[in-house]
Amino acid sequence: MKRMKRPPPGAQAPTPGEQGGEGGQLPGQTPKKRLTTSAMIASLASEGQRTKPAPFGHALVEAAKNRPEIVGMTADLGKYTDLHIFGRAFPDRHYQMGMAEQNLMLAAGGMAHEGFVPFVTTYAVFASRRTYDFISQGIVEEGLNVKICCALPGLTTGYGPSHQATEDVAIFRGMPDLTIVDPCDALDIEQATPAIAAHDGPVYMRLLRGNVPLVLDEYDYRFELGKAKLVRDGMDALVISSGFMTMRALEAAKLLEADRVSLAVLHSPTIKPLDEEAILREARRAGRMVVVAENHSVIGGLGEAVAGTLLRAGVAPAAFRQVALPDEFLDAGALPTLHDRYGISAEAMARSIKSWL
Amino acid sequence: MGERTTTLANAPSLEERAWRIRRNALRMGEVQGQGYIAQALGVADVLAVSYFHALRYRPEDPEWEGRDRFLLSIGHYAIALYAALIEAGIVPADELETYGSDDSRLPMSAMAAYTPGMEISGGSLGIGLGIAVGMCLGLKRKGSDRFVYNLMSDGELGEGPTWEAAASAAHWKLGNLICLVDVNRMQADGPSPDVLNFEPLPAKWEAFGWYAQRVDGNDIGALVKAFDAARALEEPKPRIIICDTRMAKGVPFLEAREKSHFIRVEQHEWAQALEALDAGRQA
Repeated sequence: MKRMKRPPPGAQAPTPGEQGGEGGQLPGQTPKKRLTTSAMIASLASEGQRTKPAPFGHALVEAAKNRPEIVGMTADLGKYTDLHIFGRAFPDRHYQMGMAEQNLMLAAGGMAHEGFVPFVTTYAVFASRRTYDFISQGIVEEGLNVKICCALPGLTTGYGPSHQATEDVAIFRGMPDLTIVDPCDALDIEQATPAIAAHDGPVYMRLLRGNVPLVLDEYDYRFELGKAKLVRDGMDALVISSGFMTMRALEAAKLLEADRVSLAVLHSPTIKPLDEEAILREARRAGRMVVVAENHSVIGGLGEAVAGTLLRAGVAPAAFRQVALPDEFLDAGALPTLHDRYGISAEAMARSIKSWL
Repeated sequence: MGERTTTLANAPSLEERAWRIRRNALRMGEVQGQGYIAQALGVADVLAVSYFHALRYRPEDPEWEGRDRFLLSIGHYAIALYAALIEAGIVPADELETYGSDDSRLPMSAMAAYTPGMEISGGSLGIGLGIAVGMCLGLKRKGSDRFVYNLMSDGELGEGPTWEAAASAAHWKLGNLICLVDVNRMQADGPSPDVLNFEPLPAKWEAFGWYAQRVDGNDIGALVKAFDAARALEEPKPRIIICDTRMAKGVPFLEAREKSHFIRVEQHEWAQALEALDAGRQA
């Protein structure tokens, strides 16, 4: 029999303290206003945060100006992956392949056979779950120069598990020769896009689209493929993070300053190949707990990659913790609610780290 | 040079080419004591017409930009394509002895990185046609008038991406795509119509917007006509030639053997098979 996630309206409310019941407020509490599910294209930006529109689309247009071999291909998600910006600039180089992701990947492989550099976009769930074999055998086994750039990585939509790619990195990490990139913000995406275009080989990039927060310009940072960068130094804990969790780690670091907790943040946007040298260098600095933060399941992502790196090198930090999504099919709902519920908001992250110290 | 071989007055007939392809395949089977020999014997006529009537290529330069692309979607048919590549002079004949051995350029399943003239790594069935779609788009972008041939099996008609590619090829009006289907009606678990019925084939492809022909895939004259018609068609639509073939064609005692996906050949039978093939040679 199928399992139900929610009791029907009017059924007995879950007992206080029970997980996950939105109707589970304590007796006497004022019912909290329920947020509504964010649209598919909701921005991750918090109120008042600086953003840049469609950094991937604009960066790709720039990268493609002097590279006529770059083409764009999508499976009916051009507008939702910012590839439409490229399509507008180069209509003749934009291939709408229709809602047929398997064919999308195979055709991209075929294009690369003929010397083109396809930037392929869809949602991360479809690329990872639906087309793995076609990426593996149609593209990567032959070392073909295809860049697979996917929106909605991890928990970036409230639409539920059909659209939440919480295990895409776990799926792709097992594929030999595939470079995996998880950029943090608009600046990271702007710099990563030409970098992966210049790289000769297949790449999977997790994409933030729409109005993307801009954070890293306040730090002394440049994206380099294969390199982790220390964007902030600190004494109590070392956060190793990828994707927008680096932004969250930097926010958490500011929150924790009030508690005199000092966080270092090592941003590792290239998940494979991992910058083991930088990770070991920072993890070897004595007395610091290592916290790996990622917008991904606790299984098989950056956290386990870092853990393996440390263990193989015999490096034992003061403690090892993960800020990551649970090994579950996640709830539907509003993104801020869900990020808080699953511990990947800045506040939740700061609370976790404080409790671990 | 090589691309003109077939027009030479003293060139071997296509029947002779097919016989030599079968012979190469049997000799590889003998070396390894196994191989998808029944498929190779069945598809040899299609390969002979492909490589010695239709395709443009330079044996000494398998990457020549002006070549027609020939994709082997069915990776397990490697033995058949190696036999044709050897006959075409793309793979040296003395490598035949290395088939399926350690460090050979001729592995049991076809892979692009191993073998000259092998365009893709097939074998995960159903991927060839989608790759062909991308290659056709790429060739059109480059302004090339070359064809992409994709050889697939009837079993691959069960794979979803085949039909995604079928729709896509028609959508993009890929007149430079020629799909060849080897219909031997036998899959790993039994006769194809029992495993997953795919008929009526021409009607399905026509409904998808393709120019479809169905021929006896062991009748060289019929194949030549079909290839010519596929190449000459002016309408901008993808083309398919559905080739009904007989497994183990050319070796009567194997043809008569109980049909299965992987026909067992005893060690002493390889020599007998070669003798039987030679006996039936059409000079």
